[in-house]
Amino acid sequence: MKSRLLKLVNEVAAALAAAWPGQRMRYGLLPALLVLLGLCVWLGPFTPAMLVVGSLGAFTLGTGSGLLLLRRERLANGLGFGLAALGAWSGLVGALRFLLSGPGTPAPHFELLPPLLSSIHFAVRLDPLGAFFLLLVSLLGLAIAIYSLGYAPGFFGRKSVGLLSAGFNLLALASVLVVVADNVWLFLMGWECMALTAYCLVSFEHEEAATRRAGVLYFIMSHLDAGCIILGFALLFQASGDFSFASLHDIGAQMPPGRRDAAFLLFLTGFGIKAGIVPFHIWLPAAHPVAPSNISAFMSGVLIKTGIYGLVRVGFDFLGAPPLWWGVTVLSVGTVSAVLGVLYALMEHDLKRLLAYHSIENIGIILMGLGAALMFRHTGHPLLATLGLIAASYHTLNHAAFKGLLFLGAGAVLHATGTRNMEEMGGLIRRMPQTAALFLVGAVAISALPPLNGFVSEWLTYQALLGGFGTTDHLIRLIFPLSGAMLALTGALAAACFVKAFGITFLAQPRSEHAAQAHEAAPTMRLGMGLLAAACVVLGLFPTQFIRLLDPLTQQLIGQQLSAHLSAGNGMVLTTLASKGGTVSTLGLTLMAVCLLPIPFGLWLVFGRRARLRRAPTWDCGQRELTPHMEYTATGFSKPIRMVFKALFKPHREVQREYDFSPYFAKTLRFDSHVEEVFERRIYRPARWLILRAARRIRGLQAGSIHAYLLYIFVTLLLLLVFAT
Amino acid sequence: MNLNLLAIVAQTALLLLLAPLVSGVIKNWKAKLQNRRGAPVWQPYLDLAKFLRKDMVISEHASWVFSFAPYVVFLTALLVGLMMPLVTLQAPLDLFGGALALVGTLALGRFFLALGGLDPASAFGGMGSSREMTLSAIAEPAMILAIFTVAIAAGSTSLSEMVRVGQSSGWTFFDPAHALAFAALFIVLLAETGRLPVDNPATHLELTMIHEAMLLEYSGRYLALMEWGAAIKQLVLMALLANLFFPLGLAADGTPAALGLGLLWFCAKLLVLVGAVVLVETTNAKLRLFRVPDLLSAAFMLALLALVSTFLFK
Repeated sequence: MKSRLLKLVNEVAAALAAAWPGQRMRYGLLPALLVLLGLCVWLGPFTPAMLVVGSLGAFTLGTGSGLLLLRRERLANGLGFGLAALGAWSGLVGALRFLLSGPGTPAPHFELLPPLLSSIHFAVRLDPLGAFFLLLVSLLGLAIAIYSLGYAPGFFGRKSVGLLSAGFNLLALASVLVVVADNVWLFLMGWECMALTAYCLVSFEHEEAATRRAGVLYFIMSHLDAGCIILGFALLFQASGDFSFASLHDIGAQMPPGRRDAAFLLFLTGFGIKAGIVPFHIWLPAAHPVAPSNISAFMSGVLIKTGIYGLVRVGFDFLGAPPLWWGVTVLSVGTVSAVLGVLYALMEHDLKRLLAYHSIENIGIILMGLGAALMFRHTGHPLLATLGLIAASYHTLNHAAFKGLLFLGAGAVLHATGTRNMEEMGGLIRRMPQTAALFLVGAVAISALPPLNGFVSEWLTYQALLGGFGTTDHLIRLIFPLSGAMLALTGALAAACFVKAFGITFLAQPRSEHAAQAHEAAPTMRLGMGLLAAACVVLGLFPTQFIRLLDPLTQQLIGQQLSAHLSAGNGMVLTTLASKGGTVSTLGLTLMAVCLLPIPFGLWLVFGRRARLRRAPTWDCGQRELTPHMEYTATGFSKPIRMVFKALFKPHREVQREYDFSPYFAKTLRFDSHVEEVFERRIYRPARWLILRAARRIRGLQAGSIHAYLLYIFVTLLLLLVFAT
Repeated sequence: MNLNLLAIVAQTALLLLLAPLVSGVIKNWKAKLQNRRGAPVWQPYLDLAKFLRKDMVISEHASWVFSFAPYVVFLTALLVGLMMPLVTLQAPLDLFGGALALVGTLALGRFFLALGGLDPASAFGGMGSSREMTLSAIAEPAMILAIFTVAIAAGSTSLSEMVRVGQSSGWTFFDPAHALAFAALFIVLLAETGRLPVDNPATHLELTMIHEAMLLEYSGRYLALMEWGAAIKQLVLMALLANLFFPLGLAADGTPAALGLGLLWFCAKLLVLVGAVVLVETTNAKLRLFRVPDLLSAAFMLALLALVSTFLFK
């Protein structure tokens, strides 16, 4: 009996191994086992609390396996990322199960480990806000873990895949802890662990100097933000006397206004640095390109969203009843981040740096929704505040989905061509057709084009901003149309940027030998990307179903549920709050487009039955052959925008040519074009100079003379005596 | 959910049949103003029939995106036309999308048009895509803001609702905010339909093409779809200008009398608008490429002023 069972399992494993022809996984038993465990997780009678514990356990096991199996690369890859996928799947099922059970369900809370001191409890609570962000972390973790199964073999022999998989598991574990923590200590431990692990992973390919610099920059910025957050929590603790999140609920009402505002600013700065708002964003375009692509996708999809989680937790849960200027600040910061993010993205020709700047833009859009929600809470319009919160949360999940997809696609392209520079790519749509199609889905989604998910969340954000008309008498209400204008500008510029990104990378002819020899991505890489692309399509076509998931979230934070108000036409149509306000149905538009498709085909039948198709070279003005040098380049594509916004960019262009007798027959030609890095030059370099100067001055105190040190001790004792009495 | 099938079919037929006529009238009147006889107003129909019958030549460097783009351009133009009230107050597809869906769907068409320009690896196409995306990056916000000005006043982003409120509350054209929004949207109309002074629809010189550059590699039936899609987009934008700001004469019910009257009013408004466009085209030279953003920024500023004044004074 046992031998028959074993034979059956082995046959299934062999079949699975045979079904993945590109994967040379000798351990065919492993994927079968993991899929079986995944089915058990889904079908078994597990409560959300058990599933969260299971998720944390799987990530811990994954970290351990990665660290122990450093020598056996394939097993470390399969086991480490397989356990990560299982853990993410468990978290996904748990979060969905909790959110689908409706707004009234009590939040499970429990302790992971016995408390350390009287106040350091390892308490975990799965409330709707935490569950929503757990959903986000798990969805992305699942897709990226599956992708990494095919991506990590690119590092075999060069770098330690065991460390990569252990690091990924630890990063996922820390992210989950951050969003479900119920105690300040556990939150901060998870936060710090996340920051340190991310630093290690960003510096994974530390042989390059640029990577080391980016890692150190990220390290410094994350400690700045941890410092701000710790100070903020210290202010909250001063008012509440306890470290649990339950005691911190609505603590803002009990704090004096000065301290409350200081806490808000500290949290905005701290979580803002992590989220990547302008002007704290400089670490994003440095760290994302140099990290391994699956880590970049996780960082952009999950890490910066933990900053958003923190802002929502603080803004809506802890510091309730916000003054108006909080919402105005968040909305303004969001608007500026969105516009500057997309403008700088347009100037990039490094594919991953371009995507990093787009993350900044989308964080700006999320903050616009949050800022509008905070403003409406002050003016006493809870329904509009809920709409703003729904728009921001929806965009958070959408951004995780499409940005993760785009970074994974960029990783596949980097893997295939060996370069991140768009100027050396081209024609990849023929060499990597499925990756190109998936990247196109991501590009259409991020450009906020119907019928995908980016359009839906921007529609909701516009409705929230338009709802600001008539809510307050102050001049402040001008910020709504101005933000709406900037959001419109951002959307249009993002579409331009992604025409460039997709068109130059995948279309036309290859611009280098690497691009001409590119190979399609491994099957698991395509599977991971396909999962996120499917998420983009589902989130775009069925928004009313998804908004039902947000009901517990808005009920917890604001006390309103809007999913019934926002849905019409049997769930096919998304409406807004006002009766006879706007409506949109992405599913309806898609179906209508399909219904209109017979028109062109009817025209072919009536008129063009005898027309033939012929392939010929592109029109080349009579020259003999078009070479890749004659195509448009990424820098050339964005030149008109560089010229239009030259007050911001201050572009610098230099051409040097060496020639013998005529400048038209140059021997060598050197072309340099760059835009001014405003934030580095105007803010960070002077700040660094000031800090270093102050540090040199303070160093004078450590003169080396023991007399001086004795004098310091004496003066300190004197002061303490004076102030203690 | 009540979707009137007859209304959908009728409006689709109206869009398909009227759009080339509008292009033909513009060309004919431009010619007459320039003291030429000009082609007859039904010439675009003959051109489309010719393109549909001809063989197609596709570049060997082009991929499926090149072949997919004409369908997207054509279908998005039709969808946008169905969301817009033309002759009746209630647009057939009003439930599925309003102002924001209109702008988004047009943007989707433009996205694939630009990709189709980049695909054949020709420098002309890349140049056209680059210029089109730059100009639309400034024109699209101006269009959104101008439409929002009317939306705020009507309390809805549904186009039919905006027209209905405009019709019931009396003619508000002399409202300063609406006048500013109209001016902004007129400039955007010139930019989006590729008319002088932004783009010359009759040229194929690389210094002056924008829209035509992206169409250069298309031939045969795909070119027919692209040209027809562009004509439908032009008709829809003109209808937007005509019906949002002059909501007169639209049919409130489906009786033949009301529909006939609505059609007459619509054609009259279109003819006035066509006259204005022809005048502007004939009396202005094409702007240098880097002067066009100045014009479009002026449109953006006008639209922003219109929206801000609506927020401040209402």
